[in-house]
Amino acid sequence: MMEKHVAAPITKDIARTLRAGEYIYLTGTIYTARDAAHKRMEEALSGDEGLPLDVRGQVIYYMGPSPAREGRPIGSAGPTTASRMDRYTPRLLDLGLGAMIGKGKRSKEVLEAIVRNESVYLAAVGGAGALISKCIKESEVVAYDDLGTEAIRKLTVENFPVIVVADCAGNNLYETAIKEYER
Amino acid sequence: MRTIDVDIITDNIKEMCIEANHFLSKDMDIAMKEAARNEEAPIGKQILEQLQENLKVAADDMIPICQDTGMAVVFIEAGQDVHFTGGSLEEAVNEGVRKGYAEGFLRKSVVSDPIIRENTKDNTPAVIHYSIVPGDKVTVKVAPKGFGSENMSRVFMLKPADGLDGVKNAVLTAVRDAGPNACPPMVVGVGIGGTFEKCALLSKEALTREVGSQADIPWVSELEEELLQRINGLGIGPGGLGGTTTALAVHVNTYPTHIAGLPVAVNICCHVNRHVIREI
Repeated sequence: MMEKHVAAPITKDIARTLRAGEYIYLTGTIYTARDAAHKRMEEALSGDEGLPLDVRGQVIYYMGPSPAREGRPIGSAGPTTASRMDRYTPRLLDLGLGAMIGKGKRSKEVLEAIVRNESVYLAAVGGAGALISKCIKESEVVAYDDLGTEAIRKLTVENFPVIVVADCAGNNLYETAIKEYER
Repeated sequence: MRTIDVDIITDNIKEMCIEANHFLSKDMDIAMKEAARNEEAPIGKQILEQLQENLKVAADDMIPICQDTGMAVVFIEAGQDVHFTGGSLEEAVNEGVRKGYAEGFLRKSVVSDPIIRENTKDNTPAVIHYSIVPGDKVTVKVAPKGFGSENMSRVFMLKPADGLDGVKNAVLTAVRDAGPNACPPMVVGVGIGGTFEKCALLSKEALTREVGSQADIPWVSELEEELLQRINGLGIGPGGLGGTTTALAVHVNTYPTHIAGLPVAVNICCHVNRHVIREI
């Protein structure tokens, strides 16, 4: 298995080199957003408000944490199902979103937008929220505070383990890996 | 007649919410360890080992196993010789959930209205299923349910002519469609029979059975075994990234049904199949 260390944000130059099946340790700055934040970003784009962050090259992690205990930056912090964000995602990718971290299948429209924009979709291990929280060193709410767990957070991560699922060459690990073990 | 103060229910529910979200029950723990030993795919094995590590961190540092600490599903089996005092039983259950989710640093994931979607900020209300049984004991089950897998669950209203093959196809279809979204390895709860809502409830109850336990009816336990084998042959694997462990167990619960129907419900649960049971 190929292992790589990658720095976030993820520019197109980096995304272009990532291939489905690669195991990556991500270090740097990423942002969280899930259902309610995406809905609000979509509304912001449709009005005059604009996005609360410049998404170009940024990594969005589909995650809503549990509350942090004292002395910890964050609570349990694993990925949520990405497909719920599918209807909002192509627009963000066309605006230059660098990468997404989540779990589960994506729509045809999202996969096409990944290829078109030289982005990448990464999967974190679903249900490993306690372990992943150890890779998160800092967490700060930067937008939509009223959404609670669904607010947009800026995270500083170190060696966050993820797997490349969909790359800009159109490969999709969820489809290819299953075939290998189908009986 | 036995008298039980509802405060006792509140205290127990509170503890059970916290326990379920930090410690996997013994049966699930055994099943997960066995899966990590037996998985054939290298990436699948790595994921299962990470999940072992995750469980250790969760227990040692009191960080919930998964950030989706669920909507609290509570089963109350009340003996008919029990008299609850001190207030409303339903409010006592919700107070237990409220306290458990606050004191346990659990995520509040419930919205007050499915369309308006305002977070209730205390994870109430719970979904409560009551049943009245003989005796003077109260059995409480707390099964916080995450929605990654709940969203992939299905009800199929089959025709009697579809028979056992129809049932098998329904279950395999639901699991195949769920794929990586349901956080495999999963536990698959199946309800067959009853009415539309009864089969859904049967499938939910099936998830709270001891993992790996067999149904009493011979054709049902044979079905459980065959489905487990066929689901693991789908290749979905841990995390949906390919492998030989897609399900840890298939539990099928059945009930009599109407001459015109064959309802089948498939309730899928992720590998954090939380269920705590106490007798009061």
